[in-house]
Amino acid sequence: MTVIDDISDVPTPDAKLAPLLEVRDLHVEFHTRDGVAKAVNGVNYSVNAGETLAVLGESGSGKSVSAQAVMGILDMPPARIPKGEILFQGRDMLKMSGEERRKIRGRKIAMIFQDALSSLNPVLSVGYQLGEMYRVHQGLSRKDAKAKAIELMDRVRIPAARERVGDYPHQFSGGMRQRIMIAMALALEPDLIIADEPTTALDVTVQAQVMELLAELQAEYNMGLILITHDLGVVADVADKIAVMYAGRIVEDAPVHDIYSKPAHPYTKGLLQSIPRLDQKGQELYAIKGLPPNLTRIPSGCAFNPRCPMAQDICRTDVPQLHPVGTARGSACHFWKETLGE
Amino acid sequence: MPENTDAVILDGVPAVAPDGAPVPVDKRDKPRSLWNDAWYDLSRKPIFYISALVILFLIVISIWPGLIASQDPLQCNLIDSQNGPSSGHWFGFDQQGCDVYTRTVYGARASVEVGIFSTLGVAVLGAVLGGLSGYFGGWLDSIISRVSDIFFGIPILLGGVVFLSAVKGGSVLTVSTFIILLGWPQLARIARGAVITAKEQDYVLAAKALGAGHGRILLRHIAPNALAPVIVWSTIALGTFISLEATLSFLGVGLKPPAVSWGIDISAAAEQIRNAPHMLLWPAGALSVTVLAFILLGDAVRDALDPKLR
Amino acid sequence: MGRYVIRRLLQMVPVFIGTTLLIFVMVWGLGDPVAAMFGDRTPDPATAAQIRHDLHLNDPLIQQYWIYMSNVFKGDFGNAWNQQPVTDLLKTAYPVTLRLTIVAFLIEAIVGVALGVFAGLRRGRFFDTGVLAMTLIVVSIPTFVTGYVLQYFFGVKWSIVHPSVGEGAPFKDLLMPGLVLAGVSLAYVARLTRTSVAENTRADYLRTAVAKGLPRRRVITNHMLRNSLIPVVTFLGTDIGNLMAGALVTERIFNIHGVGYQIYQGIVHNSPATVVGFVTVLVIVFLLANLLVDLLYAVLDPRIRYA
Repeated sequence: MTVIDDISDVPTPDAKLAPLLEVRDLHVEFHTRDGVAKAVNGVNYSVNAGETLAVLGESGSGKSVSAQAVMGILDMPPARIPKGEILFQGRDMLKMSGEERRKIRGRKIAMIFQDALSSLNPVLSVGYQLGEMYRVHQGLSRKDAKAKAIELMDRVRIPAARERVGDYPHQFSGGMRQRIMIAMALALEPDLIIADEPTTALDVTVQAQVMELLAELQAEYNMGLILITHDLGVVADVADKIAVMYAGRIVEDAPVHDIYSKPAHPYTKGLLQSIPRLDQKGQELYAIKGLPPNLTRIPSGCAFNPRCPMAQDICRTDVPQLHPVGTARGSACHFWKETLGE
Repeated sequence: MPENTDAVILDGVPAVAPDGAPVPVDKRDKPRSLWNDAWYDLSRKPIFYISALVILFLIVISIWPGLIASQDPLQCNLIDSQNGPSSGHWFGFDQQGCDVYTRTVYGARASVEVGIFSTLGVAVLGAVLGGLSGYFGGWLDSIISRVSDIFFGIPILLGGVVFLSAVKGGSVLTVSTFIILLGWPQLARIARGAVITAKEQDYVLAAKALGAGHGRILLRHIAPNALAPVIVWSTIALGTFISLEATLSFLGVGLKPPAVSWGIDISAAAEQIRNAPHMLLWPAGALSVTVLAFILLGDAVRDALDPKLR
Repeated sequence: MGRYVIRRLLQMVPVFIGTTLLIFVMVWGLGDPVAAMFGDRTPDPATAAQIRHDLHLNDPLIQQYWIYMSNVFKGDFGNAWNQQPVTDLLKTAYPVTLRLTIVAFLIEAIVGVALGVFAGLRRGRFFDTGVLAMTLIVVSIPTFVTGYVLQYFFGVKWSIVHPSVGEGAPFKDLLMPGLVLAGVSLAYVARLTRTSVAENTRADYLRTAVAKGLPRRRVITNHMLRNSLIPVVTFLGTDIGNLMAGALVTERIFNIHGVGYQIYQGIVHNSPATVVGFVTVLVIVFLLANLLVDLLYAVLDPRIRYA
């Protein structure tokens, strides 16, 4: 089953100009007993080599689903992609054959999952699971693959890699397991890494180490990185730009410092205000009222309107488009000016 | 069982959002308890109604067999031996010249009695021993677990032959006693596991922290939550116990004539299958439908109580 | 691993003693073996007393058990009703039943797992629904009914196979009895495998395997099956005992002179030595099978090995 194959690296004419990954008007829906859950409703974003895009949102905002669609690991059915394009190095992956996409996975685009304990196979040694990347994609022998696995474990700074290569996932600590996930993603030096809440399951002190490692390796290999998170704190240090998602749409899209200094969407603003701050000690913490919408019954107009402090009639009827705010920035709010101006 | 298809979906809302996080319930959806939820789920399943109706019918027939059979199951005439269907005797006659239909109707009682007695006994004994062993742990757990290991060491059919031939059994009571004796460890294991899981839940810890006693915690907090697997397992087991009784009769250690039971009739008919297949069809069919009904009911209840298993 | 094996072996000792004692008490303690030997006749009091003395029946039950067990470890299982040593009966009957059990076990494991895996992978489709319905029907019909019906159609009516098993119990004659014996277990294995496969197809680690770009075949064989089969292996192991006990029924239908036949003869002729002897050996086989499963389990699941 060793497949030594070269996927066509022939770039399309404008591949040089195009971003590494560009998602255009992506829609994903899930067919459930209670109707169609619209998880992603027209998402656009792009990442260049060496760049970090943070996709921010609550659970159910569609941030993970859109990433899984890019990765091609959604279960279809129940999922369906009725519309959209996912251009990777200029080619639409949604039009590729299953086999073509498989060869991109792991080799060109790799993914890091949230819970390393459940995401690693419990009955196979980590050495086997790391080495499998080389054995399948590069046709290496069992022995060579093991040597490569040790090398990888060294690179993500797992102590005593040579002794631990035969150990099983449950024998490692949480932080070490996540390092193994990162090592697995890095194995074939992909062009793009998608990290889905890579540090959420970890202790705070370990979180910082893992993020640091990830950022360092990204710079070293000049990879694009999509960082999916609900944690604004994680984003600030590592991201170049941020896309904030709500109910399957991007509501704000901006370079990282712009968002922190001047949010242009009431939802982003609410998120920022709900971070505890030392200078506000003693005051009541702000919380966005209400709950995220049920995806089978997304409110009409702006999906955020039932929870928005600034909502007017127009918000209940018209879906706001992403208005350009300055140069590299957009806000899907009818009142973005007012939000900025306050 | 086409209901088993949609995996991630719980009633009302997607149980798990596509990215793995729970979706908050919409304000329009009232919160429902596990049992309410289960009932809501069951009430929409035809399989549940069909199997429940079959079982209900069976129970009524075993109490008042005269409702649908006008003849006497013991009034037989050798002249009719192995005769096929005729008017007034649509199912034909058996070896002894008894009316197959009447005997099939009257045979329900013994099977239902064995099923209910042994299931009740196994459920009570198993749930109490397993529950206590799971809740208190320690030496009590060790003793009960070792004892149940011993009973597990004897395959139930083998134990049945040995035990029932020794006590010269042959009544509903002895067969049920035997099934309880060898059947309880399996339920005890299930109850033990369920109680251990429930014991570690936060609400139980909270009750403990508030100073609730063992009795109160066990009855008010753990029992309602550990009950589901016990009920499901017992429902399915009831069917298999009925089947076991028939097999024991076949081996000559179960119920014995002049008792009227499916097991007796099936084993008598099975050996005569070459001469008169019709004798086998009705009692065997009745027994199989009964076993099937209990299994389906148990399956439906389990699916309703534990959406994860779908 | 070595310590694990020793611990399991030590745990087996009390279970073995308890189980055999239980059987011993059932057979010797619940009935009156001397009265049983004479059937309807009333034995001469002097003869009865002599027999009681010879069989140590006047000693406490626990002492009788001790004497019996020490004899068993010397290879003496006592004599059957016709004064034949039970050891001889064991030697002729066990190989026959073992062959039958092996045939049934292979059918159960191969067909059951295959059906379960394909049904689990095609969850909700026609094949899956068909397997679910078929297995339910098989479980609902008592084995002896299935046995007679299959024997009637395949053996008698269509003459495809021998309706009964010939001298020496050749493997080709054992196919039909093996299938009948395996039937219910096969259905359970198929359903268990299906559930396990269905659960594992949703596991996070499987999503990782897909994200690694592994070919589908490798994802299924190297990642999913290995995990899915762990509970199935456990079931298969503990089921060996049930298969051997089920031989009681199957051997009677197909007229096979194995363990089931001998135990049945022992009961009909009121020979406690035969019954206890055969059941004791069965319990040993059953316990050994369980030990084997535990070890296999530890090999398959590293989480157990290092616990």
